[in-house]
Amino acid sequence: MSDKFFVAVSGQPNCGKSTMFNALTGSTARVGNYPGITVDRTEGNYTKDGVSIRLVDLPGTYSLTSYSMEEVVARNVIVDEKPDVVINMLDATSLERSLYLAVQFMEIGVPVVLGLNMMDEVKKKGIRIDSKKLSKLMGVPVIECVARRGLGTDELMQAVQQVADKTKGKWTPVNISYGHDLDPAIEEMTALIKENEFMTDRYDPHWLAVKYLEEDEIVIKNGRKAGALAEQLQAIVKRVSDHVQKTLNTYPEAILADYRYGFINSILKQGVISREDNLRFDFSDKVDTVLTHRFLGPIIMIGAMYAMFYVTFTFGAYPQGWVEDAFGWLSSTVSAVLPDGLLKSMLVSGVIDGVGAVMGFTPLILIMFAMLVFLEDLGYMARVAYMVDRVFRMFGLHGMSIMPFIMAGGLPGGCAVPAVMTCRTLRSPKERIATILTAPFMICGAKATAYIMLVSAFYPESATSVMFFLVLISWALALCVGRLLRWTALRGESTPFVMELPPYRLPTIHGVAIHTWDRVWQYIKKAGTVILAISILMWALMTFPQLTAERVDDYEAQRAQVTVESKNWDGSEYQKQVQLDKKLSVIDYSKGEEALKTSYAGRMSNAISPVTNLAGFPWQANISFIGAFAAKEVFVSTMSTAYSLGEEDPDDATTLSQKIAADPAWTPAVIWSVFIFMLVYVPCMVTVAVIIRETNWKWGLFSVFGSLGFGYSLSVLIYQVGTLLGY
Amino acid sequence: MSVSLRSMTKDQKGVVVSVNVSGELGRRIRDMGLIPGTEFRIVGRAPLKDPVALRMKGFTLTLRNNEADFITVKVEE
Repeated sequence: MSDKFFVAVSGQPNCGKSTMFNALTGSTARVGNYPGITVDRTEGNYTKDGVSIRLVDLPGTYSLTSYSMEEVVARNVIVDEKPDVVINMLDATSLERSLYLAVQFMEIGVPVVLGLNMMDEVKKKGIRIDSKKLSKLMGVPVIECVARRGLGTDELMQAVQQVADKTKGKWTPVNISYGHDLDPAIEEMTALIKENEFMTDRYDPHWLAVKYLEEDEIVIKNGRKAGALAEQLQAIVKRVSDHVQKTLNTYPEAILADYRYGFINSILKQGVISREDNLRFDFSDKVDTVLTHRFLGPIIMIGAMYAMFYVTFTFGAYPQGWVEDAFGWLSSTVSAVLPDGLLKSMLVSGVIDGVGAVMGFTPLILIMFAMLVFLEDLGYMARVAYMVDRVFRMFGLHGMSIMPFIMAGGLPGGCAVPAVMTCRTLRSPKERIATILTAPFMICGAKATAYIMLVSAFYPESATSVMFFLVLISWALALCVGRLLRWTALRGESTPFVMELPPYRLPTIHGVAIHTWDRVWQYIKKAGTVILAISILMWALMTFPQLTAERVDDYEAQRAQVTVESKNWDGSEYQKQVQLDKKLSVIDYSKGEEALKTSYAGRMSNAISPVTNLAGFPWQANISFIGAFAAKEVFVSTMSTAYSLGEEDPDDATTLSQKIAADPAWTPAVIWSVFIFMLVYVPCMVTVAVIIRETNWKWGLFSVFGSLGFGYSLSVLIYQVGTLLGY
Repeated sequence: MSVSLRSMTKDQKGVVVSVNVSGELGRRIRDMGLIPGTEFRIVGRAPLKDPVALRMKGFTLTLRNNEADFITVKVEE
């Protein structure tokens, strides 16, 4: 018989549950996902004095109903995995509300140990809590702790062991009285459930009856499948419901909540807690009078976002450079070692450059996430959502949607990849998907390089105002498409904004580090594998089929001819060499251009030109758009190849700009058609990979083809109307 | 006299009389502890006057005006 127990750590949001979990498990925690959902599942081990306990961190929930994903997950772990003990962390500064979850665990019957967290804050506030009395009245162990400082961990685990030894897996549900209206109905239903053994393998009969009265969607759905008794139970619920509606003008679930809080209050009032005024203005409220002030609040918010941006892209540039240098070194080493040929081309252009481009983002994501996790743990993100909710709601989104928008490039230079990952903070699946699908419209760092190149080509005089205008358009498009999606594919009520503004609390470095690393590691691991596949695919599309041997020979002959002719040119040896190099590079680029046009990507570009002609894209833009699906930066380098410039250097955009500006194909109608298409047409493949990871294949494809269709329609409209008006 | 929570102004105190909504919204409101008998104080409103922030039971809760509509309160002078 091993000492291995299985323990679930639970608690309401912001109660310090994860801090305690981290303190208990140290560095043993592993993050995964609950099957089929993106809610994180963190597991770890507690080992001390030869005892090993397996812990799982349940998502933070206010109660155990079946509305949000987190609540369903938390409940399913309890019901299906049957932990030996549940550690329920409580925020002792708001004890009454915290006990609401505890009471629900006790109702299910799982053995509970209560961790009374933040006792230091409680004492500072001059509140006295008698934890012994609370333990006696609740009938469960209550351990005082301060999770941030790791106080109380040993006592907590001792209590867990004692409880586990005593109960030995036996559950004893606590039955609360729900008053003379509901109790008889609950008894009647419990008796029926026991008699018919209706789902009793999974649920306690009394608890099941209570859930029927709460009209719990999942229980009712499962009940319908389980047997005929379901109808009878629902009939009883209907009868009781009608009765309380008529006599008390309320709902059974409201009565249940009232009695639960009544039960909690009856305990607290027996001398468990002595406290000052509940409504006391505390430190956080004082800070909030400034941070959420009508005028100052939004200004500070924008300042904070701007600072985050600045830090990410200024300081992130160094490590990004190191990563890129490392991949550059790898690339040149591999080039030097391997003989010329397809294998080398695939390894260098496909694998190393493709994966390198993605890994180069890792430092940026790490820095951005670290700051974001810090602000979130600090409690500031809830304030941001609170301030902008009114505006975002008009577009069918939630206040929390602002963060992904900003990160994706709401201030140009962001990246949609971390933005999509941040959408996890949104609770409602519909608002979340709408945000995930529209955030990539923002001007990310890669798109910004392409715009800088194009804008400086066409509007050298007013580049700044054109860029600013493009940013405005990106916001307008994202918000309007969000609205459109919420009216159509993602129709549904907006999620309630009943949200806690948590007190400001300085996050622990350990906690921030763990959260940040979890997300970054997932990015590296999961996105990395998909990217590798798509990089190789894009490389193949732009490499095959290769030029025929004849054409290659042709170019070789041209090179040889020029080399021979150069002997007879005038001038010094040096001048001859310079001129020769120039001529040779022209030949090489013609070869490159022909190879590109011959490749599948080139043929695709050619094949779709009847379609893209409607939107007026020049062929160079056409092929660049195909390449830019891999990464938007590719747009500039492909354009430069396509324009066959002497120097293919994506950083040196000016000469390319001049060349483009000189091309008469670019009328204003074409320019804006390309601008808007670039904004919308398709998220880059890294983003698509992350969208798929965060949602599913269906939404990933919808994101690709939906935005492609939308961007195309806009471009055709702009080009056709523009041309008609003579631009 | 009972009024809707929406009509209250900053720094006013009140007691919840009833929560007239079922379903998800009702459940969320109750899960957070906003049930009849709860004392609270309006601590602020967002820059566009919506949502509203309340101080109750030792923490701060926010909700939108159209959600506050379902909550009737007795204002304490």
